[in-house]
Amino acid sequence: MPALKVNGRTHDVDGLENSPLLFVLRNDLKLNGPKFGCGLAQCGACTVLVDGQPVRSCVTQVGAVVDQEITTLEGLGSLEKPDKLQRAFIDEQAMQCGYCVNGVIMRARALLDQNPHPTEGEVRLALDGNLCRCGAQNRMVRAVLRAAREA
Amino acid sequence: MTINATRRDVIKGAGALAVSFDLVADAARAADAPGQKLPGDLATSPKVSSWLRVEAGGKIRLLVGKVELGQGVLTAVAQLCADELDVDLARVAITSGDTRLVPDEGVTAGSFSMPNCGSAVRQVSAEARQILLGLAAKQLGVARDALTVADGTVKAPDGKSTTYWDIVANDAFEVQATGAAPLKPRDARRYAGRHVPRLDIPFKVTGTNIFIQDFRPEGMLHGRVLRPPAYDAKLVSLDTTSVEKTAGVVKIVRDGSFVGVIAEREELALDAIAELRALARWDVPATGETQDTVHDWLLRQKTQDILIKNEPNKAAKPAATVEAIYKRPYHMHASIGPSTAIAVLDADGVTHVRTHSQSVFETGAAIAEMLGVDKAKVHCIHMQGSGCYGHNGADDAAADAALLAQATPGRPVRIQWTRNDEHKWEPYGSAMLIKTVAALDDKGDIVDWSHDLWSTSHGTRPGARAGNLLAAHYLEKPFELPTPVNGGPPNYAADRNAIAIYAFPGQKVTTHFITSFAARASSTRGLGAYANVFAIESFMDELAARAKVDPIEYRLRYLKDERARAILQKAADMFGWKDFKRAPGRGRGIGFARYKGLAAFCAVAMEVEVDRGTGKVRVIRVSAANDAGEVVAPDGVKNQIEGGVVQSLSWSLKEAVRFGPGGVRSADWTSYPILTFSEVPPIDVELIDRPGTPFLGTGEASQGPTGAALANAIFEACGARLRDIPFTPAKVKAALQA
Repeated sequence: MPALKVNGRTHDVDGLENSPLLFVLRNDLKLNGPKFGCGLAQCGACTVLVDGQPVRSCVTQVGAVVDQEITTLEGLGSLEKPDKLQRAFIDEQAMQCGYCVNGVIMRARALLDQNPHPTEGEVRLALDGNLCRCGAQNRMVRAVLRAAREA
Repeated sequence: MTINATRRDVIKGAGALAVSFDLVADAARAADAPGQKLPGDLATSPKVSSWLRVEAGGKIRLLVGKVELGQGVLTAVAQLCADELDVDLARVAITSGDTRLVPDEGVTAGSFSMPNCGSAVRQVSAEARQILLGLAAKQLGVARDALTVADGTVKAPDGKSTTYWDIVANDAFEVQATGAAPLKPRDARRYAGRHVPRLDIPFKVTGTNIFIQDFRPEGMLHGRVLRPPAYDAKLVSLDTTSVEKTAGVVKIVRDGSFVGVIAEREELALDAIAELRALARWDVPATGETQDTVHDWLLRQKTQDILIKNEPNKAAKPAATVEAIYKRPYHMHASIGPSTAIAVLDADGVTHVRTHSQSVFETGAAIAEMLGVDKAKVHCIHMQGSGCYGHNGADDAAADAALLAQATPGRPVRIQWTRNDEHKWEPYGSAMLIKTVAALDDKGDIVDWSHDLWSTSHGTRPGARAGNLLAAHYLEKPFELPTPVNGGPPNYAADRNAIAIYAFPGQKVTTHFITSFAARASSTRGLGAYANVFAIESFMDELAARAKVDPIEYRLRYLKDERARAILQKAADMFGWKDFKRAPGRGRGIGFARYKGLAAFCAVAMEVEVDRGTGKVRVIRVSAANDAGEVVAPDGVKNQIEGGVVQSLSWSLKEAVRFGPGGVRSADWTSYPILTFSEVPPIDVELIDRPGTPFLGTGEASQGPTGAALANAIFEACGARLRDIPFTPAKVKAALQA
């Protein structure tokens, strides 16, 4: 039986192997973190971690990631207990509308896991494939650097 | 804090208490007092109960018609409410944008939320406090003036106390605001003017329900609409039999050229649309325009010519006359999250529509006209969506969902547009062409000035008319697009900010308004102000260069308004204008405007580097100064200015909607690229706070100054004058070679 392991819990996804991971996470597992932005892997709003690697869930089929460890925004922390990176985004007020923030945080999480003390340039480069239309990029970069500092 | 509530929550909190005669007498006295004009939207919704309820359990329910678009407005109005009512911010719960519950505050746009909603909330909260203190005085048997309040607990000098929620005085709120209630002195405020973290952000960083996209009512179905291949296409034939038989496809809705599908699963709805697209045969009229010919198109159209300022200097004897033409292309709102709505048709015949529209009341009325039902049969409820920056696809998605929901009574239908839908079908910011002419004396000073602008409409919002909804054009009985009207003074639309703030000896401004469309267009952040300010502030820079005068000094010659002068000077100081040492290939530029001539003052200075070989422009750093009158949420204002700078840099450097045979060619982020993280420069924002002065809208203030500062900096860096937005490497190279 194929299973989807998300944020430490296992879900039966029998019959959904060909569905986009994003729709299964949002519609079946009722997770709000990953967002539909383009369906084309161009904007990054749908980013989740698969075995620690940032993946665009809008173009990933469920069948391709069964039995791997999937982490969504909800897997980092909660409203009551946000993790360091989420906390840093609050402290820096790092958004306007916040629609792209899921992707930015997940991409940054992957960066920090691999490189705990990145330079500003490395943060910008890592986030260059994540689009933000409100113009909160500098705040988000500051938030990632703050999280790295306070880690 | 909670951001939206059900109707039941609100009603539950409304306790009963007889209206005190004292209060009625208070209100009557105040009504007799001359000159008490109610501030902002309190003038149109003057009842205290329209805005505020005290709820059992110690909550204050604030009801506002303005909605959260990511600009932080709900936090700012909560700050004002908590201060004037003397309660902790955490006690303020907000219901926003529900057409059955909140005051009709029109559209959340035009940088009006703080002037109109903020000032109303501040006053009505002060009024409510007076009412509550009056009731407490009676209950405690002491004079109102002797009472003190802390976090809703009212204390008498003898130590006896009560609370707002023990009084539960909602009937007492069924009175007209008087306008007479005194506001808190500045030093008694806990929240307004201080940094308060935005209330919505913790939800958004943790994936906690807050977006419309996170709303999943029981039994929800997924709808999608088959958009035609081009604006004026008509459906000739479509055999839906095979798709209808697909398991999980609940319904195919066809009404004229409008085709939608409703399915059990989202991916099934998308698959069904793809299949229908392959089967559909359309009649597609040829279109001739491209992005390169659209400005010629503007000049070919019949125009309404409106002289909005006619004070030419007839006595001028110029030594020289200079003219220039500036252009902007069609720009997209380009929200990251495609437009979404969820609608359900209830057994009582009411269609409830969850939407991220900026205009829930008027959009509801437009949908009602489209459905052919009474206005009361459409109930719109705002939920937060992706940033919109003006009239994007939000209202059209609401109309799509409402149409589809008619086919599945009792079952909610959710629509989310595809990226292709959003890019190709949202109403763009209109292309514009501006011609400026200056008459100069022998020292290069301006003796006369004229500004002519050509533009299509910047305002096709729903406005309670079905013809403004996309889907309504394609129905069997279609609704025609109403002939657009240009917005007049004092805010203007296509001609917003076309009247220069400078005190020239003569000034003439003519709007050439085009009522037809080369592409669907409507309100996009700043409307015409972006292009008009770009033109005025570029031209001032050109004239300063011609006169061999520093561009700031040149502006100050004509700038009489002290606040305008102060903000220009502040940006210059922040930037280090005076001591600037120009490195090879680099240059600096400045742009300034008072948004709409009546809102925030904003000046933007920046340094750029131009690669003469490739024509690529790199923005090195930006300094922006803003005066929004009294500042309630300092970080919110800074965020708006900073975001506006980034978005305007993106428009000005990279963006233009592309057209070709068959219509729009910009269908995704590859064909319509925007500024990325590595291209965003360091941006320093500082505010001049003016306590005691009116709130001045700020959300659109930095768009125009940024575009001009960029063009001016490119000129200083390399000598090329860019007048045709966007300043792509190809255009910079061409200008260098000219």
